[in-house]
Amino acid sequence: MTRLRALPSTLVLWVVSTLYAIPILWFVLSSFKPGSELFSLPLSLFPKTWTLSGYETAWNRFDFQQYFINTATVAIITTILTVVVSAMTGYAFAKYKAVWLKVFFVCILATTMLPTEVIMPSSFIVVRDLGLYDTLAGIIVPSIITATGIFMFRQYFTTVPDELMEAARIDGVGEFRLFWRIMLPLARPIMIVLAIFSFQWRWNDYIWPLLILRDPKNYTLQVALRSIVGADNIDWSVLLAASIISLIPMVLLFIVFQRYIVSADINSGLKD
Amino acid sequence: MTAPTASPPGSPATPVPGDPRAAAPRRRHTTRRVQAIAPIAFVGVTVVLFLLFFVWPGALAVMYSFTNYRGVGEPDFIGLANYQKLLADSTFYGALTRTFLYTVLNVPAHYVVSLAVAVLLASSLAKGKASARVVFFLPWLISPIVAGVIWRWLFGENFGLVNEIIKWFNGTPVHWETDATAALILIIIVSTWGSTAFNMLLFVAAIRNIPRSYLEAAELDGASAWQRFRSITLPLLAPTSFMVILLTTIGSMKEFAMIQSLNGGGPGTQNMFIVQYIYRTGFERADIGYASAASMVLMVILIVVALVQMRLDRKRDLS
Repeated sequence: MTRLRALPSTLVLWVVSTLYAIPILWFVLSSFKPGSELFSLPLSLFPKTWTLSGYETAWNRFDFQQYFINTATVAIITTILTVVVSAMTGYAFAKYKAVWLKVFFVCILATTMLPTEVIMPSSFIVVRDLGLYDTLAGIIVPSIITATGIFMFRQYFTTVPDELMEAARIDGVGEFRLFWRIMLPLARPIMIVLAIFSFQWRWNDYIWPLLILRDPKNYTLQVALRSIVGADNIDWSVLLAASIISLIPMVLLFIVFQRYIVSADINSGLKD
Repeated sequence: MTAPTASPPGSPATPVPGDPRAAAPRRRHTTRRVQAIAPIAFVGVTVVLFLLFFVWPGALAVMYSFTNYRGVGEPDFIGLANYQKLLADSTFYGALTRTFLYTVLNVPAHYVVSLAVAVLLASSLAKGKASARVVFFLPWLISPIVAGVIWRWLFGENFGLVNEIIKWFNGTPVHWETDATAALILIIIVSTWGSTAFNMLLFVAAIRNIPRSYLEAAELDGASAWQRFRSITLPLLAPTSFMVILLTTIGSMKEFAMIQSLNGGGPGTQNMFIVQYIYRTGFERADIGYASAASMVLMVILIVVALVQMRLDRKRDLS
């Protein structure tokens, strides 16, 4: 009886998830086809001859190693800074009472309504005038603050009882040690979730690298890929392989941290 | 412990009278001062970055929108000329109306699909939920640029698998690249595919918070699955729905990266959205003053959208 009732939902779930998987599956399988087979009709789902030649060409023709290093540098440094800064800010919003803090909190929330894309031209001018044009720092520094991260920490620290802080203060623990030694370790789960999200945002970010980077030596993966797609004559065999290479770090991250991501309780509901 | 003194453990059991009492007011005073200064230290970096990368560019954009600034030299004040030009700029109108059309179609698509997926994943009936969840999450890992590439490969007009399958069933291949409507539909599909994971995560968390007893009681009273969803689940999801709709609206209005690699806003400029218009004007034509005026219009639209939706949300709370 239950099995029979489960049938429709199970069927729908499987059909829909198959539809979600097909584009990726087709893309990955195609990347193992030799260039001659990519467009030969009738198309076959699996490669007739499996080859890595697309990957070899992509790796040799483009300076992937450099793009990887650049993207990883940006993603890792920004993530560390984002987690630390968001934790401190969220903590202040949750645990200190002052009117200016409340006003500033509203300002931070408002940044989700006014993303960088909207004020692109003047954001570019600001970064240029700060002397950060065509540097990786020009991507890192503007991306540090995120309303999502600050909000997540604020929500979390609000649930930590004030008595804990009072007790620590009575024992003579200073405000900063209280934060670093007691509060921050408590917020470990939030730190992990935000770190994963931040890494994903920065690894996949397109808009800041597009505005700031000019020298191909500084390119991140996304901008490099865009230059392949933007070409008049797209070299699909290279593009397929290059795109998949760019996904590998995110896939590894997902495999390692799957349980944190899939069960992340982000009812804050803001995204970057 | 009789008094909150700072005496370290092991100090004389009888404290020197007067000593802690004399220290107490000063201590309390400095404590209060530290507690007023501490948040400034905690928030300082954020304040600086906020001023540098949100307030300053925002103010500059307002200023530039009244000038003919081209990125170099001194900006010349030209009054409302940029805005007057915008009002008569058919490309700008085209981009704006296309963005509106996209948003109006995109938001319901995202909402329905991610809610349906969340309901399926939260239902106790469906089997294989763990693996399905992973599959729905894969698009989240993929950058907008690569997502565009993946779908361009699948929906290629002359070489894509989809048109090949249509031909196989003796249908007419769809002009995904040269027909503006088909291209827009494709953009909506890709965008929905890409953000299902995040929205679904919000919905699943909210559905889990609905007390099971409500649904069980309704079931005992003979309510069908649809009735239970319609009159219990959906109303209780209202705050999450509001969030998803607001964020999807803003996300659709600023759609840019994915389209760049999917079809570049093509055919021609028929699917050029407002952010791409700003990018072209500001960077490819280096007309920063004019692009800033367009930015201002988009900014005002976004603020109005956010205020209207919050107003509706509040009204719903009151009723």
